[in-house]
Amino acid sequence: MEITLFGQIIQYAVTGITIGSIYAMVAIGFNTIYNVTEAINFAQGEFVMLGGLLMVFFRVGLQIPTVLSIPLTVLVVTVVGMLLNQLAIKPIRQPSVLSIVIATIGASFFIRGIAMMIWGKTPFDLPPFSGRNPIPFLGAVIQPQGLWVMGCLVVVVIVLTIFFDRTIMGKALRACAVNPNASSLVGINVRFMVLISFALSAAIGALGGIVITPISLMEYDRGAMLAVKGFSACVLGGIGNFPGAVTGGLLIGLIESFGAGLISSGYKDVFALLVLLAVLFVRPNGLFGNIEISKIKKF
Amino acid sequence: MKAKSSMDKGIACLLAVGMVLTLMWVSPQVVSAADSYKIGAVFSVTGRASFLGDPEKKTVVMLQEKVNEQGGINGHPVEVVIYDDEGDSTKCALAVRKLITRDKVCAIIGPSLSGLSLAVLPEAQKHKVPMVSCAASYKIVTKDPETGEQWKWVFKTPQSDSMAVESIYTHMKRHGLSKIAIMSVTSGFGASGRSELLRLAPEYGMDIVADEKYGPKDTDMTAQLTKIKGKSPEAIVNWSIGPTQVVVVRNWKELGMTGVTFYQSHGFGSRKNIELAAGAAEGVYCPLGACNIPDVLPADHPQKEVTTAYKKAYMAKYGEPVSSFGGHAWDAFSLVVNALEKVGCDKEKIRDHLEGTTGFVGQHGVFNFSPKDHNGLDKDAFQMVVVKDGDWALAD
Repeated sequence: MEITLFGQIIQYAVTGITIGSIYAMVAIGFNTIYNVTEAINFAQGEFVMLGGLLMVFFRVGLQIPTVLSIPLTVLVVTVVGMLLNQLAIKPIRQPSVLSIVIATIGASFFIRGIAMMIWGKTPFDLPPFSGRNPIPFLGAVIQPQGLWVMGCLVVVVIVLTIFFDRTIMGKALRACAVNPNASSLVGINVRFMVLISFALSAAIGALGGIVITPISLMEYDRGAMLAVKGFSACVLGGIGNFPGAVTGGLLIGLIESFGAGLISSGYKDVFALLVLLAVLFVRPNGLFGNIEISKIKKF
Repeated sequence: MKAKSSMDKGIACLLAVGMVLTLMWVSPQVVSAADSYKIGAVFSVTGRASFLGDPEKKTVVMLQEKVNEQGGINGHPVEVVIYDDEGDSTKCALAVRKLITRDKVCAIIGPSLSGLSLAVLPEAQKHKVPMVSCAASYKIVTKDPETGEQWKWVFKTPQSDSMAVESIYTHMKRHGLSKIAIMSVTSGFGASGRSELLRLAPEYGMDIVADEKYGPKDTDMTAQLTKIKGKSPEAIVNWSIGPTQVVVVRNWKELGMTGVTFYQSHGFGSRKNIELAAGAAEGVYCPLGACNIPDVLPADHPQKEVTTAYKKAYMAKYGEPVSSFGGHAWDAFSLVVNALEKVGCDKEKIRDHLEGTTGFVGQHGVFNFSPKDHNGLDKDAFQMVVVKDGDWALAD
């Protein structure tokens, strides 16, 4: 079976966008919490992992149909996210960026440990949502599940845009991102907004885990690597910047895929980081970051 | 009645002598409870390598019970002292030292990991205690790769990577495949396999047109496979363990590359992997130790009997299928017991006996040790199997 160079490039692009969508979702999760608390939630990757493993539990273990398992899983992981806020973040008496970061790092180890005890170390599989027959496309193939992943990103982006632009709660979250003190002065409950941001982050992370598991399986310690890549995507696009997160995620996925395919697969992880460093040298605030805003923010 | 009393005395005497004789005959078994044969074992029962150490420990416990049920070794009950090193080299070294100095064992079985075995073999050498490792690296037994000199007191039962590679290349050559691509994970296991694949390629006339790598936590190998697809090889060899070896097979199928013969490393040897591959593993080849496939072995295969018996006994006792790694412990324990049977608890003699053991039918092969070979196996220790209808079948 032959494949032309054009077909190869299309294939790399498809793979890159698929995995890039997951990085983008993780990056959006980072941004949501960052915008309200100015801290990085290093447990973000664990939300993806939990989404995948809980979906396996509901769909494969309890045989609940996919249509019901997805909202169930998202709900449980959202609760985990809220618990993370209530138990690890809120009790900190004088929250500083550093203390929140340390708390989330500790939480990520804790969640990973619990996952290891419940599910063990073996990888788990999910049946794909609409079968496994690859769809030929311009000389390459696309998995149906890959389309679900990309579709999920599109839906998340659309829903979040409507949420932040058109709903009161979304606007309140944006207000907290700009200036928490002023926000509380106009009657926004900032602590509640923090809780909402964690819940939202967890839900988005869970969705990412749910859609990627049928392609790449899921195990208890996948979260760490996803968090690192997602964070790089975040920084690449400009931290705190919503379209930046999406662009950054897709870019990192594409660079990895093309780098592995066209240059060298052994150094795949290096390419994305090299590009990240290069961009930061030229534009320290990321591709879409704004220098003014970053001067106001502490982190 | 004087006559009767003297006859009574005679009978009493006879009875007394009889009792003493009986006691003398019976007592060695009671007295020898004190001189049971002590075998030491260090396994990574918990921790990151528990998938190795747990079945190894279970196997040894099962075998110890069986030996003692049959009266021990020449009447000596077997006592096995098992320590868990948790996959940590410090704990492993401490355990080995304890076995040698405090427990005073006749021989040591284990450790489960190559790195740990290399770390503790100086102890075995120093104290002159025979050690039979359950880890795979050839460096465990080979002191000098140039001369082939082996560590005097160290043996190992698992096959080396090179034998798995040779098994694959032999099969390929027999089927006229020579233009191949290799993929490996960037872990120690993958790197070791890759270097053997590269080293042995010229010997078997293999032309490696692509050499791709991926990380142990990568979620997708379509990029690497797409690149390989562009080079149009006749076969692909993949060397990894963990979820990546399943994902790569799924990608291989999704990209429509099933026309390119796919070989996995011996790390693929578990039915769980076939299951996780969700049908993509059909037609995939894999070299496996015989203990993984007792049902598929032909009736005249030398290992058929012992592997079938092990599978049955292990399932009966533990309710779970055998693990390939438990088989290495089976081989190590059985070799030591065999030595104890012939020479007793004399460390020097056990070592000599192990070194001279030939034709020993084990779970992973027929062992033929020698002063130049403390592993005792060659590429025939692997059977080439192919996945057919979701299960293993012997490949032709």
